[in-house]
Amino acid sequence: MMVFVTGLFAFLFYAATAILLAGVASKITQYWRTPSPLKIPTTPAPKTRSAVVFRMGRELVFFETLYRSDKWTWFFGWMFHLGLFLVLARHLRYFTEPVWGWVAQLQPLGKYGAFAMVGGLIGLWARRLLVDRVRYISRPSDHLMLALLVGIAGSGLIISYITYTDIVAVKAFFLGLMRIDWGYLQTLPADIVLIAHLMLAIALMAVFPFSKLLHAPGIFFSPTLNQVDDARERRHLAPWASKLDASRKK
Amino acid sequence: MVDFEKPELRETPVVPSIKPGVMSHLASHVAKPKIQEPLGYPGELVDNWEQAAVDKLGELKGKYRSLQVFLDSCVFCGACTDKCHYFLGSADPKNMPVARQELLRSVYRRYYTLPGKWFPKLVGARDMNREVLDEWYSYFYQCSECRRCAVFCPLGIDTAEIAMAAREIMDSVGRGQKYSNEVIGKVFKFGNNLGLAVRAVADTLASLEEDVEEETGVKVRFPLDEEGAEVLLMAPSADFFAEPHVDGLIGYGKVFHQAGISWTFSSHAAEGGNFGLFIGSYDNMRRVAVRVREAALDLGVKRIVFGECGHAWRVAYSFLNTLAGPFDFLDPRYPVPQHICEVTYDLMKRGVLKFDKSQNDHMVLTFHDSCNVARASGMGDLADGQFTIPREIIKATCNHFVEMSPSTIRGATFCCGAGGGTLTDELMEIRTRGAVPRMGALQHVTDKHGVTHMVSICAICKSQFSKIMPYFDFDAEMSMGVHQLVSNAIILDKRD
Ligand code: SF4
Ligand code: SF4
Repeated sequence: MMVFVTGLFAFLFYAATAILLAGVASKITQYWRTPSPLKIPTTPAPKTRSAVVFRMGRELVFFETLYRSDKWTWFFGWMFHLGLFLVLARHLRYFTEPVWGWVAQLQPLGKYGAFAMVGGLIGLWARRLLVDRVRYISRPSDHLMLALLVGIAGSGLIISYITYTDIVAVKAFFLGLMRIDWGYLQTLPADIVLIAHLMLAIALMAVFPFSKLLHAPGIFFSPTLNQVDDARERRHLAPWASKLDASRKK
Repeated sequence: MVDFEKPELRETPVVPSIKPGVMSHLASHVAKPKIQEPLGYPGELVDNWEQAAVDKLGELKGKYRSLQVFLDSCVFCGACTDKCHYFLGSADPKNMPVARQELLRSVYRRYYTLPGKWFPKLVGARDMNREVLDEWYSYFYQCSECRRCAVFCPLGIDTAEIAMAAREIMDSVGRGQKYSNEVIGKVFKFGNNLGLAVRAVADTLASLEEDVEEETGVKVRFPLDEEGAEVLLMAPSADFFAEPHVDGLIGYGKVFHQAGISWTFSSHAAEGGNFGLFIGSYDNMRRVAVRVREAALDLGVKRIVFGECGHAWRVAYSFLNTLAGPFDFLDPRYPVPQHICEVTYDLMKRGVLKFDKSQNDHMVLTFHDSCNVARASGMGDLADGQFTIPREIIKATCNHFVEMSPSTIRGATFCCGAGGGTLTDELMEIRTRGAVPRMGALQHVTDKHGVTHMVSICAICKSQFSKIMPYFDFDAEMSMGVHQLVSNAIILDKRD
């Protein structure tokens, strides 16, 4: 039985990874290739490239704009993302042998990551249900996405604190998986919570490129945030727009 | 005036509970074929317009990264939901920025994403149909493209970009707005938004010269089409005759006079404004902007300066170089173009201009930052010059200046309520409602500090305020321009 499940999961993981990578890569290519014909940074905006990097950095690390905008959403949102970062970093140990130094160092902190994730998600969900404006804009898929993330984080917490799966076997499975060779594949432990955890993670990977999770690559391409405020100094021209110059009389 | 329950004015607005449908009855007048056609748009809804609209959306998202990225990136966090003055004043949830975006995004999803094709209900995807079109037409023209939502969105999503795209799509299938499109047509025909003939402009300027000379004893000139002048001045055409705008125009003239800078208006481009921005039409915006280039070349000027107009300054500062550049034929020592406030500020700093502040002693002033200046352009070399430079000029020309609540000024400023192509009578209800946050902040400083006048550097703001202020029991004359203060306080030398 577990041999079959292992085989199925190996297949699903490969498929989900392929969808995730190909999907995100094609989105990034699309964003990259689409020109920004006009300078539209929200001002006051940085006047140099390096200042833009600094602006972006503050957005990515502190969610600066969200902080100015809505303290509760910032609090829960930031908490969730920080938790997510820690948890993802912590999960690297299932894919690396020997485990990288910084990943090992993050382990103690990483244990709290999942709590931060769940706490943040519940806060965000509460806003979605309780604030009439946010309830109005929420689609079924927004609730589903929260459910999916809560499910992943929740099942992860259950595994770490209650049911304790055979983590060595799990790691062996992933290390085998990464060799992309059926011969190395190790059987997954027969653990229903673990199976649920993995299933949900696979679902998340597969929906990523088709959902609002695209905000992750999207933010880097947001012209209001990433453009330099130098329109008067440098002529900014998109390829399709530069062709129009030729039609000019003067 | 309009009829709706007058909201309580607060220093910072109260966020209302949503009231779906409150504004759904409102729509601006639709452009007739003769207004549509000169702009290159079909006169009436084309056959199979649903598909044409979807195709146009596809084309636009291929041409504008902003549109493609913004359509994908929203996380529905709701941080923008209480930022729009039109929502705050109307409580209609479709006036919340994210919900406004959703009008277009739902269609994008249906035709351009897998989940939207497979599970439309789940992800909120909608077919393009008549009902959707009508909703677009109503609510995308209840957006002043002020970008307040954009500065509060963690992903930088600018609803103005979405509204512009939606308007361009509607125009391209034959559903245009009479107000904006008629104005653009007038520029093509007459060179200005108001459709003033060259004669009328010339006469106005001549009588201005007489008035100013009578009042000051100084012969301040207001030249038109003068070849070889140093500066081409691009003022919004409202400055030629509307109140209080014209007093600002007198101020520009006095500044140039006192500094000994020769300048001129152009009849070919007697319009600082560019409504091509409002309808999201690169093509029409470019056609209007190229007239500025042509005028500068014809008249052989060395510099281009823009008068007090918010959206004009956005197009000038952020887009003019792109649309009509390069301006390598102008004097490289000056930025192209310059704002009149930059010119005045610079002259003031160098001691060329002297002011008698006491001339403005009968007033207590506050400053309304105009959205396009505050969030879509800059001034001077410093990052926040668009906030500091006008304020420095105000402080140099008067003794009594106070600020409104910090959450309603500078980058967080509230729109006057009529920007972005909404300054038209049939939209009076939403204009009035949208003014509520600004009026509240103003009420507070009038009560607390006895503010008598609110200064702005935008023709649309000035027109809007003069019109809607009486509804809030303020005097229409409370609205004025920065260069009106300059005009009052400037000390003119008696020379020709
Ligand atoms: S703040 Fe930005 S991401 Fe959040 S709901 Fe509004 S538009 Fe979407
Ligand atoms: S651009 Fe301004 S008017 Fe339009 S949705 Fe955003 S805040 Fe409202």
